[in-house]
Amino acid sequence: MKILNLFLATAILSLSVISYSDSNEILVGEVGSLTGNEATFGTSTHNGIDLAFREVNKKGGVNGRMLKLLTLDDQGKPEEAALAVKKLITQTKVTAVLGEVASSRSLAMAPIAQRYKVTMLSPSSTNPKVTQLGDYIFRVCFIDPFQGHVMAKFALDTLKAKKVAILRDVKNDYSVGLANFFTDTFKKNGGTVLVDQSYSAGDIDFKSQLTAIRAKNPEAIFIPGYYTEVGLIARQARELGIKVPLLGGDGWDSPKLKEIGGSAIENSYFSNHYSEEDKSPQVVEFIKNYKEVYGSVPDGLAAMGYDAAKVLTLAMTRAKSLNGPDLRDSLAMTKDFAGVTGKITLDKSRNAVKSAVILKITNDGFKYQTTIHP
Amino acid sequence: MNDVTVFGIKACWKWVVVIAIFWTFHLLVSDRLNPYIFDIIIYAGINIILAVSLNLVNGFTGQFSMGHAGFMSIGGYLSAYLTMLVFNLFPGIDTQSIYGTLFFLSALFCGGLGAAVSGYLVGLPSLRLKGDYLAIITLGFGEIIRVIILNIETIGGARGLPGIPALSHFGWVYTFVVLSIFTVWRLMQSPHGRAFLSVREDEVAAEAMGVNTTKTKVRAFALGAFFAGIAGGLFAHYLLYLNPQGFDFNKSFEIIIMVVLGGMGSISGSVIAAVFLTAIREALRELQQFTQIDFRMVIYSLMLIILMLTRPNGLFGTKEIFHFIPLRRRSLHDVKA
Repeated sequence: MKILNLFLATAILSLSVISYSDSNEILVGEVGSLTGNEATFGTSTHNGIDLAFREVNKKGGVNGRMLKLLTLDDQGKPEEAALAVKKLITQTKVTAVLGEVASSRSLAMAPIAQRYKVTMLSPSSTNPKVTQLGDYIFRVCFIDPFQGHVMAKFALDTLKAKKVAILRDVKNDYSVGLANFFTDTFKKNGGTVLVDQSYSAGDIDFKSQLTAIRAKNPEAIFIPGYYTEVGLIARQARELGIKVPLLGGDGWDSPKLKEIGGSAIENSYFSNHYSEEDKSPQVVEFIKNYKEVYGSVPDGLAAMGYDAAKVLTLAMTRAKSLNGPDLRDSLAMTKDFAGVTGKITLDKSRNAVKSAVILKITNDGFKYQTTIHP
Repeated sequence: MNDVTVFGIKACWKWVVVIAIFWTFHLLVSDRLNPYIFDIIIYAGINIILAVSLNLVNGFTGQFSMGHAGFMSIGGYLSAYLTMLVFNLFPGIDTQSIYGTLFFLSALFCGGLGAAVSGYLVGLPSLRLKGDYLAIITLGFGEIIRVIILNIETIGGARGLPGIPALSHFGWVYTFVVLSIFTVWRLMQSPHGRAFLSVREDEVAAEAMGVNTTKTKVRAFALGAFFAGIAGGLFAHYLLYLNPQGFDFNKSFEIIIMVVLGGMGSISGSVIAAVFLTAIREALRELQQFTQIDFRMVIYSLMLIILMLTRPNGLFGTKEIFHFIPLRRRSLHDVKA
């Protein structure tokens, strides 16, 4: 015991005295769920950010100073995220913070970043409340109301569906938000929500909800959940003879969706931040570079991480100085930034105004369907 | 000196002095200390309250409860909802003023009472069961609370509850740390506490001696839940955001680990284990900067295994830390108790 304690004490001491700062470097912190239930989201985002920083450093950094990324894991827990961001800000003294992917963690981090006046830029937290917590909190993604709105519009205008059913994940803040905003827009524009069923993340059997939905004969089903359950739902829906298209949000974006759902998920649609098929030069280059470094096709979250890092470095280049208020003002001026996920403009409430794409799931992957502008 | 009485309680002055020391520390040092280190100290304090209160149920009374995070969430949500309600209704009140503090304290107590009442309600039917059955019931109860919170929109549901006023700080957290330790410590010296111990040692014998075992168990359960609720309230007003995800059974297990590691039935053991486990997780974070992969949980789990292999009864077993200090002369009777 004594030896173990002694060993630990010396290990901790020796580790904590090593300093990170170097006057020629700019430290940027990242908090992400590298382990835990949503580990793929955290890793994808981290890869995207890392790639962007490598590119910037290769081209000479920010006004001659190199960027250094410090990533801390939060295991997908809000209180861990809060501790991690406090460590980054007060001990490592980072210039800015990138993160978190999920709104629940961003909401725990935001008050701390705001208190210490450190700019925080979330790549993909879509809950509207995140940026309302302070004027140092930004995001480069669209918010839940917009995504719900986009799918409602798409269902009404493109699919000509007037009557839909909703199947939401009650345990998931994101799913509940999307379902609520979808319902709002859909009803306002003359549609009817026939039935609103719910499930919980981790469920395997959805037959009772689907049977209730089948009885009402909807023209489409909106399932704003994550890919694991959606894949299973699609399979069981087809088994029950429900043939109408399924609709969803960016939580569907994973190669796993096709693996789990198989052919059942085909002919369904979801809204996303970008499409791999986009032929604009920055997208083509991003996909090429990402494949070179990580050996896989980037998903939406990697693209969001990449864009967030790029928007931040541009703001740093523009800023008068790198202290809190100057960097915040510079970031707030971001306008028409041509990112991988579309043109990004930050509005007065520090949210990104940008378009969403609708993807159709087919036999050979996700096919670009249409772009819906704000 | 031991015979000096304050508020009619013998030897109470020692505890008052400790609280005074914590407040002096809070007023003098807290602004100058590294905020990150300070955060760890505060989370350690909250974990001490949780571990000590669970020890009352799991350690002293010998009932295996796995729903402590559920009680914590009741206290957290209830007190956070109350303070948000009050400060939204009367926006003129300064959160740092005396009124603000009074509201905060009453909200904390409401949270604690809410948790205690639910502890009583759950305990009454289920504490007639023993061992594994009780463990499963409390586990189920913890999950029920979480799912109920998930479905209440007024407290944020699955999206969580942001914007809680920042009211708890070092002074209050450690005041309640001292109060919880004091309560459990004094209780265990009293006839009521001895009844708890008798239930743990042998229920049949306790019953034969006239101890109402079910009532005793429910009392322990409700008191444990009360302090868990207080801890939840302190946590909510420090993190400023609550999410039901943070109160799943993993959180309950974390507290159980603290109790088991420190020794079932040892207050000082729970305190040391709570501090140690909170600090070590953060200390191991440094490692991640070098390895790039998060080995924290691997090392953390490995250490738990090693500790349990070397000391199967936890750090102190059922004894307290001062029983191991040879300089102090203690009678054999004291050690055995």
